Amino acid sequence: MSQPIIELRHVTQKYGAQTILNNINLTLESGKFYTLLGPSGCGKTTILRTIGGFNQVTSGDVLFAGQRINELPANRRNVNTVFQDYALFPNMTVAENVAFGLTLKKLPADEIADRVAKALKLVQLSDFGARDITALSGGQQQRIAIARAIVMQPKVLLLDEPLSALDAKLRRAMQYELRELQQRLGITFLFVTHDQEEALAMSDEIFVMNHGEVLQSGSPVDIYDEPINHFVADFIGESNILPGKMVADYRVSFDGHEFDCVDAGIPDHEPIEIVLRPEDITLTDLAHAKLRVTIDTQLFRGDYYEISATDDRGHDWLIHSVRPAQDGARVGLTFLADDLHVMRLHEKEAEFDARLETYEGTETNHDQA
Amino acid sequence: MTKRNFWGYFVPYGLWLGLFVIAPVALIVYQSFFNLDHQLTLTNYADYFRSGVYLKMTLNSVWYAFLITLFTGLISYPTAYVLHQLKHRQLWLLLVILPTWINILLKAYAFIGIFSQDGLANTFLRFIGLGPHQLLFTNASFIFVATYIQIPFMILPIYNALDDLNPAFINASQDLGATHWQTFRHVIFPLTLPGVKAGIQAVFIPSLSLFMLTRLIGGNKVITLGTAIEEHFLTTMNWGMGSTIGVVLIVAMIIVMQLTNDHTKGAAK
Repeated sequence: MSQPIIELRHVTQKYGAQTILNNINLTLESGKFYTLLGPSGCGKTTILRTIGGFNQVTSGDVLFAGQRINELPANRRNVNTVFQDYALFPNMTVAENVAFGLTLKKLPADEIADRVAKALKLVQLSDFGARDITALSGGQQQRIAIARAIVMQPKVLLLDEPLSALDAKLRRAMQYELRELQQRLGITFLFVTHDQEEALAMSDEIFVMNHGEVLQSGSPVDIYDEPINHFVADFIGESNILPGKMVADYRVSFDGHEFDCVDAGIPDHEPIEIVLRPEDITLTDLAHAKLRVTIDTQLFRGDYYEISATDDRGHDWLIHSVRPAQDGARVGLTFLADDLHVMRLHEKEAEFDARLETYEGTETNHDQA
Repeated sequence: MTKRNFWGYFVPYGLWLGLFVIAPVALIVYQSFFNLDHQLTLTNYADYFRSGVYLKMTLNSVWYAFLITLFTGLISYPTAYVLHQLKHRQLWLLLVILPTWINILLKAYAFIGIFSQDGLANTFLRFIGLGPHQLLFTNASFIFVATYIQIPFMILPIYNALDDLNPAFINASQDLGATHWQTFRHVIFPLTLPGVKAGIQAVFIPSLSLFMLTRLIGGNKVITLGTAIEEHFLTTMNWGMGSTIGVVLIVAMIIVMQLTNDHTKGAAK
């Protein structure tokens, strides 16, 4: 593994009695797209501000390319930020905004003009240089904010919920553009969002946060398929989470039945939680059913039906199906053994990874990303 | 809401505006076209522009108002800037505003006491072996007191402009490599300029027509347009000429308003 570009070691942030960040350790490698994902107030923006140089942590080390930069002021860090509300200077034109950082460096005028033109071209706003900031739409301001940051050729680009002010369609288009831009420039992006869909779509690696802690990190697929606890499972996509019990390795019981599963390394009879994604459940007839439910209601979502049902024990189920169901009908549910994901209560990420190692052996793809 | 109802709400202030703003201004303009014998004439304006006395007076007024505004601004901007970063800034702001609650005449008399031969200032100068000096009735003391009186009116709009400034702009500037001074020069000051302009309007225009201070503190050495108007109305009884100077003052105010208003399209408010 090459030298990480950014490293946080045991970073803790306290305001009075309140703990904003609790012993954060994270490593960002060069040229990857990272996302800090969590609900508002989880500390993700504080991490961004810490790396950007706008926040002094209470304890712990912030490293940039191996150098400790805790005390380095923001204006001397080779890191640039795209702010949530863009913070484009209204007293300057588009081109002046993009040129701002280069002008401060006192570069020759023709080099500045050249780099500004290239940056504007990269965000597809070449002809907008002479415009006023206030004459731009939200999406255009967003692009200019990105151009203003990348023109500085930073090693790391920090993005603080940059898409939250855009409408749904533009947001989706910008997801593609950001991902493409990151791959073209080959610099590290650290993206902050509370939108799990954004995080899953764009990232190489996601850090899921809550209450000032990183709960789980990994590729979008890992985190979606193998959430470590109730919070992550619930926050990343929709899921059915049920209490259960480990019967033996590769065997769990929940909802009054026993099922095969692919998880092991957990003591027998330990209480656990089962995660079943709505799209992994298939409707079937009662004869082939693993579980039997009564359909309550369904919503047409365009590409699928979102079906809500209740089983005999009163648990609610959420099912995604391409075919509609009959309200009030008794139907069977079926699923495969590897669709069942077992979560231990209070298991930490390190313990989870260690347990996976014990029985998945070489076939694990957890660290490949 | 109907159009008629809408205008109904405006009636109380409209009356006020008509009776105490528009009518007096109209009267001043009207009066300015009459000479001492109540004949319709343009001689007042001709006199104003022909005699060097009035033009010099005008220049004097503008020059002193400019100096007062300049010193007020030089003191007020840094003060507002520091004030804005303090912890108990509401309290400090209150202390800044407090002197404006005291009548200006009272403050003028207080300064007469302070600057007099046996006043506080001279006692101190004597104590450190530099005095006594003639402080009262000098141009310097006039500018000093006028500046002191105007400072709160400059600090408030600048403070508000700083308060309205989105801190993200400052972060963005530093993020792009700007030092504190560069951030101030390229971002903070230009974006708080509307506050400075509002301050200039609040200070420069009243300073043009200060007459009480020129007399009480300046000892009538500086004759400004304000003094001239007072003389014409109360001493020489030449209301026509007084009104003409009044019209000149009004025109000067309009010019200052125009110069300090934002005309650039799309400029941020």
